[in-house]
Amino acid sequence: MFTYILRRILYIVPIALGVTLLVFGLVHIAPGDPLNAVVGPDAPAEVVEQLRRAYGFDQPLPIQYLIYLGHVLTGDLGQSVATGRPVAADLGRALANTLVLSIGAALVGFTSGTLLGALAGWHRGGLVDRFATILTLIGVSVPHYWLGMVLVIVLSVELNLLPAMGMAPGGAAGWGFTGEHLAHAVLPVITMSVIPMGIVARSVRATVADVLHQEFVQALRAKGLGRGPVLRHVVRNVAPTVVSVLGLQFGYLLGGSILIETVFSWPGTGFLLNEAIFKRDIPLLQGTILMLGLFFVLLNLLVDIAQAALDPRMRRS
Amino acid sequence: MEATAAKPSFPAKPKAARSPGYWTMVGRRLRRDPVTMACLALLLAIVLSAVFADLLAPADPYKTSMIRRLKPIGTPNHPLGTDELGRDMLSRLLYGGRMSLVMGITPVLNALAIGGLLGIVAGFFGGRLNMAIMRTMDVLYAFPSVLLAVAISGALGSGLTNAIVALTIVFIPPLARIAETVTTQVRGLDFVDAARASGAGSLTIIRVHLLPNVLGPIFVYASSLISVSIILASGLSFLGLGVEPPQAEWGLMLNTLRQAIYVQPWVAVLPGALIFLTSICCNLASDGLRTAMEVKL
Repeated sequence: MFTYILRRILYIVPIALGVTLLVFGLVHIAPGDPLNAVVGPDAPAEVVEQLRRAYGFDQPLPIQYLIYLGHVLTGDLGQSVATGRPVAADLGRALANTLVLSIGAALVGFTSGTLLGALAGWHRGGLVDRFATILTLIGVSVPHYWLGMVLVIVLSVELNLLPAMGMAPGGAAGWGFTGEHLAHAVLPVITMSVIPMGIVARSVRATVADVLHQEFVQALRAKGLGRGPVLRHVVRNVAPTVVSVLGLQFGYLLGGSILIETVFSWPGTGFLLNEAIFKRDIPLLQGTILMLGLFFVLLNLLVDIAQAALDPRMRRS
Repeated sequence: MEATAAKPSFPAKPKAARSPGYWTMVGRRLRRDPVTMACLALLLAIVLSAVFADLLAPADPYKTSMIRRLKPIGTPNHPLGTDELGRDMLSRLLYGGRMSLVMGITPVLNALAIGGLLGIVAGFFGGRLNMAIMRTMDVLYAFPSVLLAVAISGALGSGLTNAIVALTIVFIPPLARIAETVTTQVRGLDFVDAARASGAGSLTIIRVHLLPNVLGPIFVYASSLISVSIILASGLSFLGLGVEPPQAEWGLMLNTLRQAIYVQPWVAVLPGALIFLTSICCNLASDGLRTAMEVKL
């Protein structure tokens, strides 16, 4: 197990470096001089040159990348062009707010998806199965940003039950476990949980049905085991696949929250990305993408390790 | 030898007994699947209405009117109401379908060509080439798809072409991966060894023996990506990263109508309902195609 973990860690190092390389490249695929965002087009030439040297843009690309990597490794994500504040500071707060949404959506989507998928797989062809199939189809087909709007219209505009925007009254930007905060989180969390619910239900159903078809289950039943003990065996065999699906879905929740955050004006990483895009604030864009990307890589590592812990066969491959 | 000696004694084959080919069977199975047929018909209607938008649209989709802003569904002359600038919704939805479909389908086709090629090359030649290609794909895989799309189109700036480039890059890795997996499987089969033993070159083997066996699964997988692509493409426009105003595109329309949910909520959600409908049909049609083609992914 130890060597397996070590190998996985070694494996993600080049991936993580690739992520930094890609994020570094974002500055250079952006049209125009990267300095245009910092200084106006009518700045005197010597000022532009001075800044070019200060930012290191006069160096060859590989050197620029190494400088960037050095900054990243020491936790320096640069400064926002628009506000002048360090990107890392803004990012910490935003990441926390996005985590609130993602964890909430994971709790709702994962439990309902797993339960639904397990029931559907266990009673294939039954009523629950058909219900699950339809719900799954909706989950994977619905544009969630639109679903958010529909929920706002029904529950906020028409019925006036829940707040439609923001994290708390008065545009507060920090999370707290108050009734107001929770009420503000209900709609975005539900909206966000629909996709993972659909995908989790679908894969749990397929895995459960698959395991139930295997010979060992027949053997267990032939041996005279009751439902409970058979279920225990099934759970053990389904767990590795489900864990990997859940892990990936959590990553997608974190990385895909931008659309939901835009609909609900939620002050998280999606909000930062929006800011960065509209103000062409490339350092802010880079920092946010990098953190979310690295988070996803780390999550994949954890999933691999969890899978290996649950299924000894994984450790050998 | 015995075999050659026995040959002339075979009775002449009756002409009619030919079993139907693979595609005939696929077509037959598709026709027996009412859900898939209904979805394909609906998709055809959506595509046709987008293609012939200039003939079908009752009004100019760009003509604004200050006095006719945000009319409800069922207004005379505006059967689906008007938007926040008084433009006819029905006409804009028809024209919007054009952009949304182009933005949704083009990236998948591009990625099918590029990713499919990369995957087949990686799977067929294996070794270092495989390592180089697939590890690069792993890096792109290290981002959730929405994030990667936002990152690239955010850096490139808004615009139709940039959005398509960004989405193409998003869909290359999954297609390359599936192509690589299928190719590696087929390459290990006996008939490929037999072809090689009889002196066929790599190109011939790929063209004659490999492609017919790997393209089916790759196509089916690509078809399952179209619904994701349509949702993502409209999502980019929704964020202001895709098509630019005053162009009509479902995601962009949804974005500009967002402020109108307090006045005309049901007009405001129409573009999203169309994205939903298209995406559901794509998913069901792709599932049906997979069943009919007997592809397991």
